[in-house]
Amino acid sequence: MQGKAWYKYLLSLPPMAYLLIFFAAPTFIMLFASFRYAGEYGGLAPWYLHEGGRLTLDLTLENWQRLLETDIYLRLFLRSIGYAVATTLLCMVMGYPLALMIARSGRKHRDLLLLLVILPFWSNFLVRIYAWMIIFSPAGALTRMINGALELLGMGSVTLMYSPTAMLVCLVYVHLPFMVLPLYANLEKHDLDLLDAAQDLGAGKWRRFWLITWPLSLPGITAGSILVFIPVLGMFAIPDLLGGTNGIMIGNVIKQQFMESRDWPFGSVLSMVLTVTAVAVVLLGSRLGARREGR
Amino acid sequence: MRKKNVLLWLSAALVYLFLYLPLVIVVVFSFNDSKLNAEWVGFTWKWYGKLLHNREMLGAAMNSLIIATVSAGVATILGTLAGMAMSQYRLRLLQLLVLAPIAMPEILMGVSLLVLFILVNMTLGLMSIMLAHITFCIGFVALSVQARMSSMDPALVEAARDLGASPWRCFREITLPLLMPGILAGALMAFTLSIDDFVITFFTAGVGSSTLPLQIYSMVKIAVTPEVNAVSTLLMLLTLVVITAASRLSPTIFRGE
Repeated sequence: MQGKAWYKYLLSLPPMAYLLIFFAAPTFIMLFASFRYAGEYGGLAPWYLHEGGRLTLDLTLENWQRLLETDIYLRLFLRSIGYAVATTLLCMVMGYPLALMIARSGRKHRDLLLLLVILPFWSNFLVRIYAWMIIFSPAGALTRMINGALELLGMGSVTLMYSPTAMLVCLVYVHLPFMVLPLYANLEKHDLDLLDAAQDLGAGKWRRFWLITWPLSLPGITAGSILVFIPVLGMFAIPDLLGGTNGIMIGNVIKQQFMESRDWPFGSVLSMVLTVTAVAVVLLGSRLGARREGR
Repeated sequence: MRKKNVLLWLSAALVYLFLYLPLVIVVVFSFNDSKLNAEWVGFTWKWYGKLLHNREMLGAAMNSLIIATVSAGVATILGTLAGMAMSQYRLRLLQLLVLAPIAMPEILMGVSLLVLFILVNMTLGLMSIMLAHITFCIGFVALSVQARMSSMDPALVEAARDLGASPWRCFREITLPLLMPGILAGALMAFTLSIDDFVITFFTAGVGSSTLPLQIYSMVKIAVTPEVNAVSTLLMLLTLVVITAASRLSPTIFRGE
């Protein structure tokens, strides 16, 4: 049965056909749309012209030129990358001790501790954002406490809501498990005899960490970083709800082009830029991972 | 290492606090007898009672359930086929098609499906949302089934074939029962992913096809009210039940990539 060709196609064709229609085709349609003119009432204009019985293509590079005309979009893009990098680094700083603690705790508690990391991650995405809207709200306890302290020091009050800080905290909150899980999977496999051997040879706690645990965990860090970086780069809900005007990311502008200004070709251009960046990050990450394993 | 590292434990405990405190606040304030999510005033069930009379919310919940059931069903069939194919053959295109949707930012799938649906003149509604949800659920089911399949002993099927069982009987009586935990876990995961999805639904929903997350989004955009806390708490409870069931079936499924 395994060797028969019909069996192979029976299994692979239905999912392949579905994903070709609803994943691959839309991606290429977007690429094509980025060279088309916008329709008069939103959407897309026809891509061909009917002239004297002959069909001619009606495509343009205008949308791509618009990307480079001003530095608005470059800055927008750099800001999005900045948020993604900052979130990744913060997730690493917070996730590393947690993953290490779980990996080094007894077998009995490990599953429970890990489950406790995953559970909040399965509560609804919007609920997790909403939780921070409550915490950062001007009437909330945290804001009042901070402002009370600032008042005692004779300083002016702050608003937490709609600030880059609020956005960053929420971005880290939502994506932290993406960093912890692959890191844990890596740390769990380490041979603890290496650490004991190093200790016997007189290496201190920090030396053992930096010379053994840290280099061995780099593949886990790479995997976690990709899993955090990519969704943050395309984020629009968190800046939308918590970010205010200074927090706009590339995802917000893409959403705006498709839902509000209805300029699909330019929206497609921005989406393509995001696609290429995401693919580049994945390729770079897997290249780094492969090189380390090769050593 | 043997001497428990106090610093490590302390920082890990702080991270757990960071993970849970916000959710606890949401749940606690859902029982708070005040319109503001700021101070504890007293215990009440009234926000839950209000939900029961909120027609829009009930309609959205109904839509969410229909969409999640149908999407999880179809995605489970397609994902199981894909998972079985991926574990037996080297199919690079299938592998790419299954994994890429998981690795790309969600917004890209949302807008590109929106463009596809509009170009083929499809009315945006429950149908378009389901087609979109199936697309992103297939990969998760496929990975779950593939993991189960690769831990299966191929000798079992060969033995059954040698003893004269037909391919179909082999599948029904050996492969399928052995794969079942992986399939069910994948199905439950697809169900939760669908019921929780906001981004892709946001782009593929039309007038009158609001789902729970879309409803929460539009409420939150206007104001923070305890009613949102109540619906959030219920949604958390539902996810918790489904996830517990899924992890019973396949303990390794949520361990990440």
